Amino acid sequence: MVNLLTTESGFFLLLLLYSLGAIGSLFFRKKDELANGWQSFFAIIGSLWGIFFSISAFFTGNLSFVAYSSVFPLLSFSFHIDQLSAFFIFVISLITLFCSLYGIGYIKHYYKKYSISALGFFYHLFIIGMLMVVTASNGLFFLIAWEIMSIASYFLVVYDHNDVNNTKAGFLYLVMTHVGTAFIILAFLLMYKFTNSFDFESIQAQAVAIPVFIKNTIFILALIGFGTKAGIIPFHIWLPVAHPAAPSHVSALMSGVMIKTGIYMMIRLFLDILQPIPLWWGITILIIGSLSALLGVLYALTEHDIKKLLAYHSIENIGIILLGFGSALVFISLGNTLLALFGLGAALFHTLNHATFKSLLFLSAGSVINQTHTRNMEAYGGLIKYMPQTAFFFLVGSMAISALPPFNGFFSEWLTFQTLLQGMTSVNILVKSTFVLATGALAITGGLALACFVKAFGATFLARPRSTEVAHAKESSLSQLIGMGALALCCLLFGIFSGYLGSLFINIGTHLTVFRNISLPPILSSKINFIAPNNFGSVSALALIVFLILALFIVVLLVKFVINRNQKTKIGATWDCGTNLTPRMEITATGFARSIILIFAGILRPSIQNEIEYRDSKIRYFPKSRTVTLRTRDIYRLYFYLPLNKFITTLSVRAKAIQSGSINMYVFYILIAVAIALFLS
Amino acid sequence: MMIFIWILQLICVPALSPLCMGIIKKIKAKLQNRVGASIFQPYKDIWKLLHKDEVISTDASWVFRFAPFIIFATTIVIGASIPLFASFLKNTLTGDLLVVVYTLALGTFFLALAGMDTGSAFGGFGSSREMTISALAEGGLILALFTTALSIGTTNLFVISNAGMLLSTQFFLSTILAFIGFFIVLLAETGRFPFDNPATHLELTMIHEAMILEYSGKRLALMEWAAANKFFIFAALGANLFFPYGIAHSVDTQAIVIGIIILLIKIFILCAIVGIIESTMAKFRFFRLPDLLITSLILSALAIGLIQMQIL
Repeated sequence: MVNLLTTESGFFLLLLLYSLGAIGSLFFRKKDELANGWQSFFAIIGSLWGIFFSISAFFTGNLSFVAYSSVFPLLSFSFHIDQLSAFFIFVISLITLFCSLYGIGYIKHYYKKYSISALGFFYHLFIIGMLMVVTASNGLFFLIAWEIMSIASYFLVVYDHNDVNNTKAGFLYLVMTHVGTAFIILAFLLMYKFTNSFDFESIQAQAVAIPVFIKNTIFILALIGFGTKAGIIPFHIWLPVAHPAAPSHVSALMSGVMIKTGIYMMIRLFLDILQPIPLWWGITILIIGSLSALLGVLYALTEHDIKKLLAYHSIENIGIILLGFGSALVFISLGNTLLALFGLGAALFHTLNHATFKSLLFLSAGSVINQTHTRNMEAYGGLIKYMPQTAFFFLVGSMAISALPPFNGFFSEWLTFQTLLQGMTSVNILVKSTFVLATGALAITGGLALACFVKAFGATFLARPRSTEVAHAKESSLSQLIGMGALALCCLLFGIFSGYLGSLFINIGTHLTVFRNISLPPILSSKINFIAPNNFGSVSALALIVFLILALFIVVLLVKFVINRNQKTKIGATWDCGTNLTPRMEITATGFARSIILIFAGILRPSIQNEIEYRDSKIRYFPKSRTVTLRTRDIYRLYFYLPLNKFITTLSVRAKAIQSGSINMYVFYILIAVAIALFLS
Repeated sequence: MMIFIWILQLICVPALSPLCMGIIKKIKAKLQNRVGASIFQPYKDIWKLLHKDEVISTDASWVFRFAPFIIFATTIVIGASIPLFASFLKNTLTGDLLVVVYTLALGTFFLALAGMDTGSAFGGFGSSREMTISALAEGGLILALFTTALSIGTTNLFVISNAGMLLSTQFFLSTILAFIGFFIVLLAETGRFPFDNPATHLELTMIHEAMILEYSGKRLALMEWAAANKFFIFAALGANLFFPYGIAHSVDTQAIVIGIIILLIKIFILCAIVGIIESTMAKFRFFRLPDLLITSLILSALAIGLIQMQIL
């Protein structure tokens, strides 16, 4: 058992379990229940095994093996599992476990409508792809794994294919992810040209041989390539359409885990393989992180589609992760490896935390959508009375994502803030001002995220129902509640044990080559307090929770049972100013965010469209109906992607001139090409 | 002795906060040529409300019922996490600046949810306005507090106030700038002029009052008391972080008595400033408020820029 845990066979068992789930579910094409049972069983067993395997791999250290050397000299199916990979396997397995639990009950509403066995096949394939992405140590093999992950997730996005919006979203996702892959391939080819290898370790050994200019080019290519998958602005446009289209437990996996594979590869490349790196890489990532965080939350505020809102929050959180990671890169370039470790620790901690609370939010949103049959938040309202447990879990997720203590989101944001604070002490004016900007962006992002989740929770669960669908809503099934409840518990537990987890994650970095030679100060190992770099600050999660609960307990006790024992509580109607209260008088999600949108009108570019239909079209005196459409313009599509599209189309039209269609002409082209090739060689 | 001091620290905020409200109201009354109620009137109001029956809306869920307790409890926790009269109580567990900021945000979160819960148009718009202002204020607040943290080299509030070197020539300008930024946030977060009129129930302008409109009885008492606590917390932060004079540095009865008296004097000066501002200027239009908050952010960012120190 112990041997199995730490060897390559342990990892193959993991892949085997998921493969069984994938292939097995194909055999139950007509039997929906069996297909559901089969795939859930293997996903749960596989993810449980994955959790055990990753924890033991995390503590035992490096594991490197070649599974199969192919006939192609450059392609070998080789794996390398260090602590960083083990961490990501852990995150993937943890989220898969709860999403699969949730899936048992959730998938039921697809029975008879769509093929459950196809869902099972692609679901497992998707997880296998992610697992191989974070463990591959050969560039070509990595690209194969990356493609498996992308293609499988494409089929999951278009799973609900009767809705034409979903197939459109899937197409956009397919295009964007392949544009990203193209950039990644370019980056790998450039690295191959100067190191003669696709193997990550030999690239790392020869990274110094890469000229500075090429290295910078690789950075930009990889940043665009992996940034597209991670969803950084402005390469994010696929994310808010593709994530909502997938089934909710898959959206949870995509938002919680898949986009993190982009982060994983950035860490692998920039912090591990391509070291040493120039200062401006870190600065660039900090700026991109600030922009993604701030713009992500602003766009989230404009949304009233609940899943789109959550998808935009993924962009925001990727930004926050990049703030930690970017500061790690800056500190490395400045030669302060200890602080860099803290930055990396903050990024990894937030990766885990975002995975838990974002999948929790997607799952609870999925339950709500399942009951109300709409993603439009304006049609919800008052759901807390119909789905109390789901509401509670969504509340926990909202508090965690808004970085409210005592949940986990607060502690990773705390560490990110502390890391940024260290950067502000720099004497380099460029570094200092970048860090001040990043801190300001993070602070405002925190405030806006809070506003956004007051809006999301309030409009969805509080006040009175705004549509008849809500009144028919029932609480989610048991398996769904277990999945959500376990994630909510994780949000609290990761908060309570933040000191311990934080020091573990800070330790992950010490196994990367750049950090090999530094020893951590013993102060980090404190399990009660969560301590910041340079002893700058500390916080105890446990004490904070105990304080809060104690204070709450005393206040309730004093007010309810000591001071106020004999008073009566009457149930009455909300003050209605003498008219009948209708759901139309409640604030809507759009109305709630309108003032913030107007304040940031310069960035969000809101538009108002008034349409009035008249009873008498001639004198236009008596309007029959009025419509007001509030929109925000998609400036990326308008000013970046559409012109790009136009440019490529024009170029293609021009290129058509040489495609005459006659074979003779093409043979002549080949002749010219051969001549040029000969001449050049 | 230490236990006694801790108890004193714990009850300090809830015990003294209504007095602040009373003093501000008295100052405003005097400036309007009225006699005004006694400065102890807020205590009597809270006591009276605590003993009244209450009405709860049929639409309200547990969020509405539970929010006052949560909000009040957060102010108590923060009261124990900030330096009040003694800086030697080094609370390394929760005495961190970010803990205070985000625990305050926890209270704001539930306040805004409670406003939306009854489904009245007033509550909803109150919440929307409150969240707009507090979202924009957060940047200025964190950067202003970070200015002091960077000057001293720690984010622990007790250590910052213990160092007491902020107004030295080295940090003079940045402290003053950050304090102005902080003061703007204080006015915004505690719902004073020019952000909110605490005395109005006019639906066009009210923010805080709109959110707690549906509350009555003991829950209203807790809400009002928690709002007073929040004001006291902000005033104490301003007094002890930016002007850390007179705070007790050692376990010594005389030092502590002096500490309490000086804290009261500093807070009363801040109350007087707030009272005078409320009597002499008009409330701003809602869409002019962001300008003020962005000013606060920029001032604090400037303050950080002015700090010269070297750790890296």
